Amino acid sequence: MLQIANEDIVRAEAQNLRESPFAIRGLTVSYDQKPAVFSVDVTIEPGKMTAIVGPNGAGKSTLLKSALGIIKPLSGQVTLYGRPVADEMDRIAYVPQRASVDWDFPVRVIDVVLMGLFRKTGLLGRLTGADRKHAMSCLERVGMTDFASRQIGQLSGGQQQRVFLARALAQNADLYLLDEPFAGVDAATEKAIIGVLKSLRSEGRTVVAVHHDLSTVPDYFDNVLLLNVRKIAEGPVATTFTDENLGAAYGGRLTMARIDPAAVAG
Amino acid sequence: MFLEALFFQLGYNATLVTFGATLLGIAAGVTGSFLFFRKRALVSDAISHATLPGVALAFIVMVAFGFDGRNLPGLLIGSAISAALGLFAVQWLTSRTRLTEDAAIGAVLSVFFGFGIVLLTVVQTMSSGRQAGLEGFLLGSTAGMLYADAILIAGGGALALILVGVFRRPMMMASFDPEFARASGINLDRTDLIMMSLVMGVTVIGLKIVGLILIVALLIIPPVAARFWSDRADRVVLIAGALGGLSAWIGASASAVAPNLPTGPIIVLTAFGIFTASMLFAPARGLLISAINHRTFQRGVHIRQGLVSLAQGQPIYEPMTIRLLRAEGLARADGVPTPDGVARASRVLRDEKRWETARADPALEMAAARYDGLTQIEDVLTKDQIDELDARIGGPREVTQ
Amino acid sequence: MSGAEFVPLSLTPLLIGCLAAVACALPGNFLLLRRQALIGDAISHVVLPGIVVAFLLTGAISATAMMLGAATAAVVAVVLIEGIRRFGRIEPGAAMGVVFTAMFAGGVLLLELSDTSGVHLDVEHALYGNLESLVWLDATGWGSLMDPSALRGLPPEVFRISVVLFLITALLAVFWRPLAISTFDEGFAATLGVPVTTLSLGLVITSALAAVAAFDAVGSIIVIAMFICPPAAARLMTNRLGAQVAWSVAFALASAIVGFVLAGYGPLWIGGTDAVSAAGMIATVSGFILTATALMGPKRRSVV
Repeated sequence: MLQIANEDIVRAEAQNLRESPFAIRGLTVSYDQKPAVFSVDVTIEPGKMTAIVGPNGAGKSTLLKSALGIIKPLSGQVTLYGRPVADEMDRIAYVPQRASVDWDFPVRVIDVVLMGLFRKTGLLGRLTGADRKHAMSCLERVGMTDFASRQIGQLSGGQQQRVFLARALAQNADLYLLDEPFAGVDAATEKAIIGVLKSLRSEGRTVVAVHHDLSTVPDYFDNVLLLNVRKIAEGPVATTFTDENLGAAYGGRLTMARIDPAAVAG
Repeated sequence: MFLEALFFQLGYNATLVTFGATLLGIAAGVTGSFLFFRKRALVSDAISHATLPGVALAFIVMVAFGFDGRNLPGLLIGSAISAALGLFAVQWLTSRTRLTEDAAIGAVLSVFFGFGIVLLTVVQTMSSGRQAGLEGFLLGSTAGMLYADAILIAGGGALALILVGVFRRPMMMASFDPEFARASGINLDRTDLIMMSLVMGVTVIGLKIVGLILIVALLIIPPVAARFWSDRADRVVLIAGALGGLSAWIGASASAVAPNLPTGPIIVLTAFGIFTASMLFAPARGLLISAINHRTFQRGVHIRQGLVSLAQGQPIYEPMTIRLLRAEGLARADGVPTPDGVARASRVLRDEKRWETARADPALEMAAARYDGLTQIEDVLTKDQIDELDARIGGPREVTQ
Repeated sequence: MSGAEFVPLSLTPLLIGCLAAVACALPGNFLLLRRQALIGDAISHVVLPGIVVAFLLTGAISATAMMLGAATAAVVAVVLIEGIRRFGRIEPGAAMGVVFTAMFAGGVLLLELSDTSGVHLDVEHALYGNLESLVWLDATGWGSLMDPSALRGLPPEVFRISVVLFLITALLAVFWRPLAISTFDEGFAATLGVPVTTLSLGLVITSALAAVAAFDAVGSIIVIAMFICPPAAARLMTNRLGAQVAWSVAFALASAIVGFVLAGYGPLWIGGTDAVSAAGMIATVSGFILTATALMGPKRRSVV
């Protein structure tokens, strides 16, 4: 570390990193020398629900994927309670975008949920009856027990998203990272998902979700991170989710009064 | 000897074949480009393997009716019919079942080829089949080619090239932006059909020279090589044609000198050599230039991030950032920024501040879209605009140490 | 037909055909589901240069050298394809087309240039194999299966393909779950700590072993039919991964047995005198099975 840094800032920074379940420092990711995420610092508050919000192509999904090491960043460090995220992956559950997988794949709903138990069983371990029971209880939390034996392709978009959430629940993680969990789902599913996320929060777990519907941010989330390639602002919804910050994130075109979901999606 | 072959001085037949191969190579490169843009390069693999049963059946039928089974036009007509059947089978499997196109391609190419081998063993047991030489269609052979056959190949190559020239515009539009092409009144199904017919035509004409197993290389390798030379589709098409023609010309000339070796592999390896050179050294997207650009960009990002942190008195954790700052003389070995570093840091901070203000201003939206973290705002906005931004920010601030 | 005729002339080629078909179909299921069916295409093409280079380096055809050569060639091919795709930003199909045609061309040319007259390796066999030649001349009838001295005369390909099939089955059983998870959702699997790159490369190497073990029997192109057709047909029968793999094994066996019998005896039934290529006929039968499932398979249509 360079010596020039102010002692107080350094001490406060170390404290921040130790207390945050998900902290990102100087993360830059580029595709073809066009930065998708540039020099972003994020400090997620423990036990809170945080929305990542920004326009199309703002790098929201890229931020999550590169923080998890799925995409290789150009620079940056990611920590979980002060420790490198790569060493703490078993405390993280990641729910990818629904469109990222082949839903024609020949597996049943319950098999997908059981995938969440991979860390517990290990590379060569076998599943037990208790594992199946646990998977069923996770399906119950998202209201999908009746569908356990269906092939996943036979589900609606909302049901598929709930299965993904059940799989994350099976992981029993401290930090839940969700990429557009509400994209293309029905109203009932949206309600069910937000109910589950809020119950995770009440258990003291931390939830971070990429979110595209600005109108529901204040209802659903405690904190918000506004992103447009670089970080625009982060903090409690009440003080951060302002017209001014939204203007900065969306290029000044958008105010709360005229939200066009199509322009905001993605 | 090779030089003589290269400049068409090696006998009438060899000259015709080399000439025909060159025309065919150009036609294949151009046609293959459209296939490549449509991301359907390997469909041609199914088409070419599917020619085998047609060749064998044509031989059997011609012999059964008392003709010479080796009649090249007859064999090529047979190969075209079964290639069309193969293409139809790929499309039928893809549209009627849940199988994806890659599985359909693999199934069709191997099953048609297997059936072709069955028929080939039938041909070998026929009294007239022992010297049929149909195996030459697998890997290409120009040895002992008849004058009429050489004429057919040269003429076929020329015809394919003319047809490509006639249909290049709709094919370009269909492969670049299918939706827009449809909206502009281009019949997509028919354009696809033309494209696939041309692929079939190139395959059939190339059977005798390159062979059915490797003819796809002439459709795939030149366009991929050309892609490294340009980002513009129309240029890629032209370059692919040139590279395809070059590969076929050099390859056919080389094989004229070595008549005992199969022609196909020589042409394909020539094309691959051109591809390798293009991928490494082409100035537009070659690996060498890309690697240099990537490193420069990464250094720029690290230095900029480091300077921002210095300016704000924040700690720097990334070892690479620290190393680069020291190497650039912006920080001393003990980590304290040099006077140069302090000056640069304050400039970077001012630039960041200006960008931030510009990006919040709807009037500057176009310019703000060019923000990539490295571009200096002076390169994007006029001096007057920057002065106005500065007025809003309120003068350059000192770096806090 | 009597055992005295069947055992020496047909038993071993039939057995090798069946084992080869199953050994290819097993990894083929995962290639199919990963949308990598054409990796099977690429691998089977590059087996040839792998074997030729191994032969040129060692000067003899030994099973170990062939396996190593083919596996190395498959890894080289995959690394090249991945490199062209990632660094050259070329779509995977075209990248594959560049690599396997070039490597195959190199293999053919090396084979033609080198003196392989003393060994059983030529271009025609490399393309479509010679299943019929894998006979067991020491056998005199069913009793030979109990006769140690006759058993020693079994064609070495029987052992080779048996060992490979056993290895593939064992690997698949052990790594079933991580393989299934990473095939379904690679990004998620990576966050779970599944070694996705290793698994994916492992699948390629396993497929290469299957391809090289089947190479003697069916050559490098018909082997593609064994990789793709039985799993593709099986996919149209069921929506369960385990059931799909079971169906694919059944289809592979059916193709091998029916194809072999049709090739050997079919021409006689219709008045001909000579058998036709067994490998070609196996591929043809697998194509008919795929056609039948495409027309009538209960799960032939996608639901998404």
